[in-house]
Amino acid sequence: MTSLITQVEQDPPDPQGVLLDVRNLHVEFRTRDGVAKAVNGVDYTVSAGETLAVLGESGSGKSVTAQAIMGILDSPPGFVTQGEIVFQGQDLLTMGKEDRRRVRGERMAMIFQDALSSLNPVLSVGEQLGEMFTVHRGMSRKDAKVKAIELMERVRIPAAKQRVGDFPHQFSGGMRQRIMIAMAMALEPDLIIADEPTTALDVTVQAQVMELLAELQRELHMGLILITHDLGVVADVADKIAVMYAGRIVETSPVHEIYRKPAHPYTKGLLRSIPRLDQKGQELYAIKGLPPNLLHIPAGCAFNPRCPMAQDICRTDVPPLYEVSETRASACHFWTETIGE
Amino acid sequence: MGRYVIRRLLQMIPVFIGATFLIFVMVYALGDPVAAFFGDRAPDPATAAQIRHQYGLDKPLWHQYLDYMGNIFTGDFGTAFNGQPVTELMKSAFPVTLRLTLVAIFFEIVIGITFGVITGMRRGRPIDTSVLLMTLVVISIPVFVLGYVLQYVIAVQWGIGEPSVSPEAPLNELILPGIVLALVSLAYVTRLTRTSIAENTRADYVRTAVAKGLPRRRVILRHLLRNSLIPVITFIGTDIGGLMGGAIVTERIFNIQGVGYQLYQGILRHNSATVVGFVTILVIVFLLANLLVDLLYAVLDPRIRYA
Repeated sequence: MTSLITQVEQDPPDPQGVLLDVRNLHVEFRTRDGVAKAVNGVDYTVSAGETLAVLGESGSGKSVTAQAIMGILDSPPGFVTQGEIVFQGQDLLTMGKEDRRRVRGERMAMIFQDALSSLNPVLSVGEQLGEMFTVHRGMSRKDAKVKAIELMERVRIPAAKQRVGDFPHQFSGGMRQRIMIAMAMALEPDLIIADEPTTALDVTVQAQVMELLAELQRELHMGLILITHDLGVVADVADKIAVMYAGRIVETSPVHEIYRKPAHPYTKGLLRSIPRLDQKGQELYAIKGLPPNLLHIPAGCAFNPRCPMAQDICRTDVPPLYEVSETRASACHFWTETIGE
Repeated sequence: MGRYVIRRLLQMIPVFIGATFLIFVMVYALGDPVAAFFGDRAPDPATAAQIRHQYGLDKPLWHQYLDYMGNIFTGDFGTAFNGQPVTELMKSAFPVTLRLTLVAIFFEIVIGITFGVITGMRRGRPIDTSVLLMTLVVISIPVFVLGYVLQYVIAVQWGIGEPSVSPEAPLNELILPGIVLALVSLAYVTRLTRTSIAENTRADYVRTAVAKGLPRRRVILRHLLRNSLIPVITFIGTDIGGLMGGAIVTERIFNIQGVGYQLYQGILRHNSATVVGFVTILVIVFLLANLLVDLLYAVLDPRIRYA
């Protein structure tokens, strides 16, 4: 049953190779209506050259975790209340502001979802790309422009030399996302966080952009955190998956195993709700109920009100992350039943 | 772009004709200029008739208007009540008011935008609340009250600056009047900048700029401010015209012999040549300022293109 690839993945992670280690991260938003607990004890690691896909619905805390890692959390109202974010051996959360700023862009970078609103509408793409070099590397504007053109060529934007002075709105959606990628790659960081990089694009362009991202990642041997709710995208590029629900990781697994044998009812529900060609004509499965209100997360397992397998214990006890195998874990009291079904 | 400018300039022609005609009618409606010329004394009917004939005031209104417009195109703006050609009054008055306006705009930009950025970045903090309160006070108190109070306290009591400006109106004497003239607009600029900054601080591209590891200063000045100033600059541009016309009150308070002063005299004497001439120039300044703002808009926001 094990191909060569899965065997490699199942090797215990080399502690030297661990690039990012998020430990017991808690983030809350103090709003007028109360405290919204967006992230409640997230642990994950990313190694150099590895792709971690973080999966979950809107409001599951996947983007907030990423923002906390980048240090771009809107604060107030957002606060990291607990945990560590160890990046290349340093805890980012205890770092000074200025040191933290230097990490951004230089050693870790982020790609955002909507490139049109994420790029500055009044500055040319050349200026926005070149800025990375003038600010972080002290280059002259002229040299930075040359670098910007190189970057645009690298992400395969046609006629880069002529278009370097164009503004974001003059590019197509796919090209804009390439520019975002180029900007993140500019200083060849060690970690890239891509927050739903293809959600705003149409399907054919999605594939191209993902391919480009994966290719650059391989080339530069970067760690990649891919935040998405698209299970289709994940299967092609990710090494491992962390499924999030209500600010917690409910299941982690190497990518191929999770599709075959999900160990959490939520993951199972997500997989069942992917439209499939052989089920044409049948009603599409949907997980019943709504994601929980982060101001009032249900007691016990947060998923219990929507879970088809919920028992009394699920309503009272928060399930720990049970070890399913050496590389897998599930936060379900009944993971054995789930996986065995 | 060139075409757009030409079209806009052509559009000014009907506005120019309409504006002059309206003002002409309004001044006509004020009453008999000859009677006003003599002040409280009743003029001798024969002399009055002679003056009326000399200035063409016995002709019907439309004829007077056509005569006036015809003269304008030869550069003759008519004669003011004191016998000076109106063009001469303009030559002395407009530079003074222009200087005053520039001083006012300078304070508007420097103080207004600075306060706007500070309060926009620190919403809800004490500095924000106190500046907002101040703008509210400034906006709600009439200009002439603020003007006289500041004139008395600063210039008379503290002896800083001059309470009365000399006819040459050098820049240093115009600082206090400039502040008074700017005050209300300054309050609006502060509020507008604050709102715009507050709106844009949560914009995605600002988050991107932070994620790029840019220093805070650069994020604010290059990314945030550049976008937030677009509505502010529009306001300041349209305000140029407003300030020049609105200088009447300030000019009265500080005895500045600018456009406001001449206009006041013209209205007092029902002298249509002075009033129409000055207002026409003000209208043109206003239109040109608006055109300039629209062009500037395209420079600031590349998404806007004129064809």
